[in-house]
Amino acid sequence: MKYIDGFRDPDAARYLKREIGALAKRLAAAERTVRLMEVCGSHTMAIARYGIRQVLPENVRLLSGPGCPVCVTDAAYIDAAIALAEQGHTIATFGDMLKVPGSGRTLADARSVGGRVKVCYSPMDAIGEAEENPSREVIFLAIGFETTIPPVTAVVKAANAKGLSNISFLTAFKLVPPALEALTTDPEVKVDGFICPAHVSAIIGSDAYVPFVEKHEVPCVIAGFEPLDILMGIKGLLEQLLSGEPELVNQYSRVVKKEGNKAALALMDAHLEPADASWRGIGTIPSSGLKLRPQLRRYDAAEKFGVRLEGGTPDSRCRCGDVLKGKLLPPECPLFGKACNTLRPVGPCMVSAEGSCAAYYKYSR
Amino acid sequence: MNVLSDERILLGHGGGGRLTRDLIDNEIVSRFGKGPLQGLPDGARLGIAGGEIVFSTDSFVVAPLVFPGGDIGKLAVHGTVNDVAVSGGTPRWLSLALIIEEGLELARLRGILDSIAEAAKECGVIVATGDTKVVARGQCDGLYINTAGIGEPIEGLRPDIKKIARGDVVIASGPLGDHGMAVMAAREGLGFAQGLRSDTAPVHRLVHAAATWAEDVKFMRDPTRGGAAAVLNEIVEGRDFGVVVQETALPYSPQARAISEVLGIDLLHVASEGRLLLVCAPERARDILNAWKNLPEGKDAALIGRVTGDKGRVLLETAIGGRRMIDVPQGELLPRIC
Repeated sequence: MKYIDGFRDPDAARYLKREIGALAKRLAAAERTVRLMEVCGSHTMAIARYGIRQVLPENVRLLSGPGCPVCVTDAAYIDAAIALAEQGHTIATFGDMLKVPGSGRTLADARSVGGRVKVCYSPMDAIGEAEENPSREVIFLAIGFETTIPPVTAVVKAANAKGLSNISFLTAFKLVPPALEALTTDPEVKVDGFICPAHVSAIIGSDAYVPFVEKHEVPCVIAGFEPLDILMGIKGLLEQLLSGEPELVNQYSRVVKKEGNKAALALMDAHLEPADASWRGIGTIPSSGLKLRPQLRRYDAAEKFGVRLEGGTPDSRCRCGDVLKGKLLPPECPLFGKACNTLRPVGPCMVSAEGSCAAYYKYSR
Repeated sequence: MNVLSDERILLGHGGGGRLTRDLIDNEIVSRFGKGPLQGLPDGARLGIAGGEIVFSTDSFVVAPLVFPGGDIGKLAVHGTVNDVAVSGGTPRWLSLALIIEEGLELARLRGILDSIAEAAKECGVIVATGDTKVVARGQCDGLYINTAGIGEPIEGLRPDIKKIARGDVVIASGPLGDHGMAVMAAREGLGFAQGLRSDTAPVHRLVHAAATWAEDVKFMRDPTRGGAAAVLNEIVEGRDFGVVVQETALPYSPQARAISEVLGIDLLHVASEGRLLLVCAPERARDILNAWKNLPEGKDAALIGRVTGDKGRVLLETAIGGRRMIDVPQGELLPRIC
């Protein structure tokens, strides 16, 4: 616990708050309000849990971007998973996906009327399920960012090594750097700097952001999840904004290396290739996803069962898309805390334990 | 709002959080809530010829039956003794009802009964009546226990949630959440939890120590299911004040913290079975803290918060000086921990 407490030290926090206050004052003198976005669900939760927003000066705003893999999962994808469950296949998934509404219904609804939905704590559980039920197809809902992709890919590899023929993967993997690119070029989105994710960066390495930063000249800091990490990250972004020299700073160098996790990257590269991906509320971003390579297509559930991932129509009242783009803070959504709450979520940002609406609901309602 | 999804009981209805509260309000209080159940105290104070008694009951379904620091038997005694104690009573008599699953090893049952005897002796209570049932294999999980307890009121001590007023302070008698985390660690085989033990223990000595200043003791509760968060939210519910808790003041054991960090569980939501939260007038906090610190079970007691602030809200002032809400857990966090 000594290691953790060091990153929550009240004296160090006071020092950082003073520094941030001084930097913000200089920005305020130039009549600048800065909007900083985190694109990682664990940052979203940490910011809410430690009350970081409340210690920041008024002209420093924190926005939660598309950082939670459940939140960016398209309605059409949920619809497809429900349809596959209704065809009698076993859907294996992380628990957060159960309550995400597709075009109306959820996987939990499908389960309550007899659909087979198995919650996995580890993606490897899907292999066990397939081996125990050889006559039934097990379809794993392969969602996630670069953090989750390697362990799921390891399951594909294991299934292939075992020669299993009754397991497949409905892939909707998402990549962070193309999302940053899309947010930066979207005229509706106004972000002055990014707090880059911690665990994703541990996989892809800090160098993965360099082309983005050089092309778009947006300040970026890779930050850890402890409160001092995040305050350091914010301070770093403000310094860059004042100096006018945007760069990539790796504040989380105790975990994130320049080159990332080579073994994980090699595993991904051997099994996956780039693909366009549809992000809930944002739309299709070119090359922002990964799909199974041609030699592994027999494990691709969409290929195997002729699934077309299109045409989902989420609840029209839901503003999760605007929340994910930082255009709307969760409490500004008319449904927040009323029609939409954690017991009865309307949109994915309220479902996921890492969703920005869930974070606001839990910690600052 | 109808929270009983599909009109069936969910595991979450037993979690001590919002779902539990809704179930009890909608289904129990609506039928039985006019008399002593009103306000759902831990124990009822009942008028009888020649005085009053304090009466409470609790059931125990913990899995595993034996865990580091205790077993279901100890828990069954402490749980009810503590409910009587925090209601301002000196526990005297217990009932003991056992529901045993066919196939339970007799040696295991003996061990648990010995543990009950030992705990009862330590608490000064007599097992006065009881019942034993055996059900077929698969119809319960090893052993379930229900106990009820009767106590005599401690003179002058009438804790009542309605007595709490702005300006009062909240004291915790020791590290919070050890019981829930120890049971969880035992059940899931979390090796890194070495040295973590359940805090199951009687709190009646702490209650007696505080009773020296009975007038200033506003409210007491043992933070079991739902943890300290559930108790704190109950304190502010429907009131025109809130509670602000200091994160740096919260007593936690390093082992429980380590597990909670890894599992991403907030220890404020985790059950203790031998701790006490007490609300008192601010000028009395020092005396009660000192009295508690003189007892082994109160050596880590701490003032954790103040009754103030926003109406009906429990806020945490974090170590870095931020503020966030402390909500009640919604559904099930850790099933079958007591």
